[in-house]
Amino acid sequence: MERVLMSTKLETPGLGARIKRELIKNRYIYLLALPVIAYYIIFCYWPMFGLVIAFKQYELGKGIFDSKWVGLKYFIEFFKSRNCLRLIGNTLGISLYDLIAGFPAPIIFALLLNEIRSSKFKRTVQTITYLPHFISLVVLCGMITDFFAAEGIITKILMKFGGAQINYLGAPKYFKTIYVTTNIWQGIGWGSIIYLAALSGISPELYEAATVDGAGRFRQLLAVTLPGIAPTIVIMLILRMGQLMSVGFEKIILLYNPGTYETADVISSFVYRRGIGESAQYSFSSAVGMFQSVINLILLLGANFLSKRFSGNSLFK
Amino acid sequence: MKIRKSKGEVIFDILIVLFMLLMIVITLYPFWYVITCSFSDSNHLIGDKGLMLLPQGFSLSAYQSVLKNPNIAVGYRNTLFIVVVGTAVNVFMSSLAAFVLTRRQFAIKKVMMTMIIITMYFSGGLVPTYLVVYKYLGLGNTLWALILPGAINTYNMIIMKTNFASIPSSIEESAQIDGANEIVLLFRIVLPLSIPIIAVMVLFYGVAHWNSWFNAMIYIRKPALYPLQLRLREILLINDTSTMTAGSNASDKYNIGESIKYATIMVATVPILVVYPFIQKYFVKGMMIGAVKG
Repeated sequence: MERVLMSTKLETPGLGARIKRELIKNRYIYLLALPVIAYYIIFCYWPMFGLVIAFKQYELGKGIFDSKWVGLKYFIEFFKSRNCLRLIGNTLGISLYDLIAGFPAPIIFALLLNEIRSSKFKRTVQTITYLPHFISLVVLCGMITDFFAAEGIITKILMKFGGAQINYLGAPKYFKTIYVTTNIWQGIGWGSIIYLAALSGISPELYEAATVDGAGRFRQLLAVTLPGIAPTIVIMLILRMGQLMSVGFEKIILLYNPGTYETADVISSFVYRRGIGESAQYSFSSAVGMFQSVINLILLLGANFLSKRFSGNSLFK
Repeated sequence: MKIRKSKGEVIFDILIVLFMLLMIVITLYPFWYVITCSFSDSNHLIGDKGLMLLPQGFSLSAYQSVLKNPNIAVGYRNTLFIVVVGTAVNVFMSSLAAFVLTRRQFAIKKVMMTMIIITMYFSGGLVPTYLVVYKYLGLGNTLWALILPGAINTYNMIIMKTNFASIPSSIEESAQIDGANEIVLLFRIVLPLSIPIIAVMVLFYGVAHWNSWFNAMIYIRKPALYPLQLRLREILLINDTSTMTAGSNASDKYNIGESIKYATIMVATVPILVVYPFIQKYFVKGMMIGAVKG
């Protein structure tokens, strides 16, 4: 922030005096802003600057500045590695699966909740279905591991429907499904809040008018309710697009094991293992992480651009 | 106007109620299962446990082992410290940010806000952040590594900012005419007027601290500083109940380990389950504020 001020100071003479006046006049505000600015510089911008190590052969002893530049070496190394396709495939696979199954779930749930006539029953359902959101990931994954084990309760239930008695979490082909369904279980209630908020914003007059026009409940859903929450859906979709190239590593790390890497290992968990968990390839893992966040940013801005163009909804007003 | 319901609508209503009842069962059953297992005699947990609608061979031995375990106690203490101090830092820092960003006369307000928004969409990522916190700031193996790096959650801060902005400016102006500077204004006027949103923030940040484990895993190597969730991970996911079953003979170890798992889940989750009904509506309120802002 200070750097921005300084550079403009050089361009326009006389600005120095104005800055000094501003600093004196608003000295208390600057005092209060100082810890905030320090926080963002130290914990957000310093690591962002630290990303240059993706283009350097970073050595701890030499530090960020003195390490040797290597250009795109680590990016090329990643793209050429056997892991690359598997990781991108798994990341996109889990993301898309989660998007297709997990994105509509809270919307449908909110629409159904909205149709409940008894407000007391509605509140009870809401209170109960929000609960899993607050359970820690460690506990959730502990429960998943236990329930899907060969002796686990879900395995037992699956066996009633003709499933095999195996440790489902240990079988690569079930990993994505377990990941996505448990996500839905944990998030469906909480995720519906934002749509319920949008639903409560729809004017009752629209429904009255539709009733007068003879529209039934289903017709009202299509003609009034869905258009009413469409902007919220679009915004949530844009945000999801910006996450398409990333799958949160926390849940993956808690659930996967070397036996399921082929379907479970995603870019972020790989970055964790190479950079911190198993080895300390700082430059290489930073490069892989950077590749992921750049793609995400492009997807987010792209989705936002399309949305602005075609529906007028945008993240940035 | 009373609308007559058609037959189809009545069936629709019934189906929705049935569906919602199913949702309730699906949501609650896993918790009930863990509760009943934790109160069961561990010998009954081997082999086919059935649906576990009631504890099998009621026993409190699992809880006794868990509560006697020094590692759990230490984990609890560390987590409490992180929750209390961490949340205080979070709320303080977020208030500062929200406050300065709502000052109209603050010249760099726009630049600052833009710089902050950027961090929501692009960040240094895992490894550079780790290097800064662990290697350069030397916060490794201190609980501060779990408190300072996330001192402000930008999303929460924006919720707070929206709230501060809704305080009528006339109140602030009259305070300033009386000679109050901005520091007085924040602590004497704005914060006392924002108790509900501060409560929401305390809950948001508090629960996040209680549940977090990943930062502890990468920044904390000393077991004495492990928070509860990290201990939990050892027990639940790495299946290490050895420290708890020490002293019992080998064949008993597995059995005791089984019920200990469930009891540990309960011990770590009960605080949340107990406060949940009371805080739930505040959380929802906080979500709504964020949602309206978009």
